[in-house]
Amino acid sequence: MSDMDRRELLASLVAIPAALAIPQDGVDRATAHAHEAVLAEAGTVGQQGRPYVPTNFTPDEWRLVRLLVDYVIPRDTRSGSATDAGVPQFMDFILGEYRSNQTWMKEGLGWVNAECRRRFGAGFVSCTDVQRREVLDAIAYPKTAAATVRAGAEFFTRFRNLTASGFWSSRIGVADLGYIGNRPVSEWVGTPPEVLRWLERG
Amino acid sequence: MLAMPQQAPSRARAPEPYDVIIVGSGAGGGMAAYELTKAGARVLVLEAGGPWDNTSAQYSAMLKMPYDSPRRGASTADRPFGEWDACIGGWNIPGEPYTRAEGTRFDWWRARMVGGRTNHWGRISLRFGPDDFRRKSIDGLGDDWPITYDDVKPWYDEVDKLIGIFGSVENLPNEPDGIFHPAPAPRYHERLIKQTCDTMGITCIPARLSVITKPLNGRAPCHYCGQCNRGCMTNSNFSSTNVLLTPALRTGRLRLQTHAMAREVTTGPDGRATGVSYIDTQTGEDKHVSARVVVLAASACESARILLNSKSARHPQGLANSSGVVGKWLTDTTGAGVSGYIPRLEDVPRHNADGVGGNHIMMPWWLDNRKLDFPRGYHIEVGGGLGMPTYGFMGSIHNYPGGGGYGADLKQRYRKYWGASVSFDGRGEMIANEKSYCELDPTVTDRFGIPVLRFHWQWTDHEYLQVKHMQETFRAIIHEMGGEVFSPMPTREQGYGIANGGAIIHELGGVRMGPTERDSALNSNCQAWDCDNLFVADGGPFVSQADKNPTWTIMALAMRTSAYIMQQRRAGAL
Repeated sequence: MSDMDRRELLASLVAIPAALAIPQDGVDRATAHAHEAVLAEAGTVGQQGRPYVPTNFTPDEWRLVRLLVDYVIPRDTRSGSATDAGVPQFMDFILGEYRSNQTWMKEGLGWVNAECRRRFGAGFVSCTDVQRREVLDAIAYPKTAAATVRAGAEFFTRFRNLTASGFWSSRIGVADLGYIGNRPVSEWVGTPPEVLRWLERG
Repeated sequence: MLAMPQQAPSRARAPEPYDVIIVGSGAGGGMAAYELTKAGARVLVLEAGGPWDNTSAQYSAMLKMPYDSPRRGASTADRPFGEWDACIGGWNIPGEPYTRAEGTRFDWWRARMVGGRTNHWGRISLRFGPDDFRRKSIDGLGDDWPITYDDVKPWYDEVDKLIGIFGSVENLPNEPDGIFHPAPAPRYHERLIKQTCDTMGITCIPARLSVITKPLNGRAPCHYCGQCNRGCMTNSNFSSTNVLLTPALRTGRLRLQTHAMAREVTTGPDGRATGVSYIDTQTGEDKHVSARVVVLAASACESARILLNSKSARHPQGLANSSGVVGKWLTDTTGAGVSGYIPRLEDVPRHNADGVGGNHIMMPWWLDNRKLDFPRGYHIEVGGGLGMPTYGFMGSIHNYPGGGGYGADLKQRYRKYWGASVSFDGRGEMIANEKSYCELDPTVTDRFGIPVLRFHWQWTDHEYLQVKHMQETFRAIIHEMGGEVFSPMPTREQGYGIANGGAIIHELGGVRMGPTERDSALNSNCQAWDCDNLFVADGGPFVSQADKNPTWTIMALAMRTSAYIMQQRRAGAL
């Protein structure tokens, strides 16, 4: 392939980010297959508007998880919340596929409810926003959390990480971050001039 | 576009005996298959795993986005490096155990697929330097090789030209330059690392990876999607399957037998190799194929295992083992890593920082061991950037300022700190020692009934002090960059954070070459002293580890061994 052919080919490809110098039908098939797999395996879309039914959380746990993930990553002016991004469904899938996660998750959710009952006489879901935040404030900073809530802090670190995994790798999360790689680039320039200027600022 | 050609149709002429049987289809086996078929030999390659083809979307996950899978890239049982990794294998393969001597730890990684480990590696492709072949002469430790850099240099050149590598001419004394494609420019964090290293006197140069940046031998140059490890659909990086085996199959002289787990090399009454017996892993059937020459390229430990299992009246200790060294003098690269947060890189302006699937810069060993308390060096690999967010994204957020938390403030900190961390990984030379080796376990067999390996492993102060130096250096670089290290300095009791033996997946030795048959299994042509039609073409023949990744040397030696085989055949000796 001459350099000119290559530039033209890649120019045409860059215009269609999902494509590459590979048989287009192959990419389409792979993409379609992946999309079907997502729907089939994760069930992230409720069928005909029916609500998603988790297979690895009890109804009570599910209500708690749906609340908790949005405390970790709420909606803001730039993007949606963890539930908007399907994080609870992602967690349900992960608990089914990687069953070693069930113990820490279920014990941790239980710990959160127990702590809420101890402090306020009601589980997390039934607490007020202020009460919920009091418990979260106690466990959300592992380096400074009190020894008496260590189990809760360890749980919350894992829960925050799993929430972040599900959120930032979702369509919403990727767009929010501004990740613009994973596409063919005709010529690698390295660091663009504006980034160079930023890098060399005082 | 290369596509995997179909198996050559059956010929009228009976295939057996083959001219050459090669066990293993990775870097060494692929290179031997390429060279030998090109030279006219009829070759059978036995591969324990199944088929693969980078160019097919059935296999390659190139360009998938994280949300295209419900796993978001998390690892699976047969893909420890993530679901999209091209390499099927791991440290634990069901039904194929290995054991460890009490109190020692060694993790044995195996690939089970066509192309072997070349489907999984950073493509860091470094020549051993002149000193690396004669370390004992320099510091009295380990052993010299029976060959020198000058013996291997022409083969390194040929590998460069055939497979392609990017890099830069640096004229460093023990880091020989190759025939390089242009190296890609560094990413933003790599620029800062380079600036910092320059002020600290640490040599920092463009990386040397087997990724092509110009067209080469019908392969398109890299398109910088950053997904080398998923199997490149344009074959712009190196894998044995698509760069060596595909053209070898095109000659019509190669038969590639997958799902074939080699049990032993069979020998005749004269002690010479007659072929290989293997298990069809899909049917459990025991099969035998015959050949005039056998080349083992199953990986250092697997080749040692096959030899130890090839016992006969003529070879009671196993084949090529009259010296007793098979399995001995096993080494792996030393490894330790440190990462940290760099405030200066906060809120990096968004841009495509993917590049090739690996670091664009590296630090070769830059110090003089005579002035240090450990004898051998290491090179440094770097990480960081604006990579694709996948499973495990910013799992150390609680180590950044803010200490974790939740809510709108946390969400904003993920954005602010994404791309603001760097990591350094040291990859150093272990010196072969008597206490690090493998042998046959006297009682345990795998699911095919083949005796398994038992590993013994011991690091010495040579390695511990080297890794301590890595830790101190990486911490110093992060501090010099104005950053904060995420983890405390590991203690002596924690081995200074040294990775387990086998964790870096650079096992070498076990079937070493040497100057005499008393202390080595192979001569300097990787030919068994005890069996002249048996060769080894993987990491087994290595005498020492070097602070370099071994693949380029495995391939240069495999090429050299193949040329020797053809020369001997022409001379009527084989």
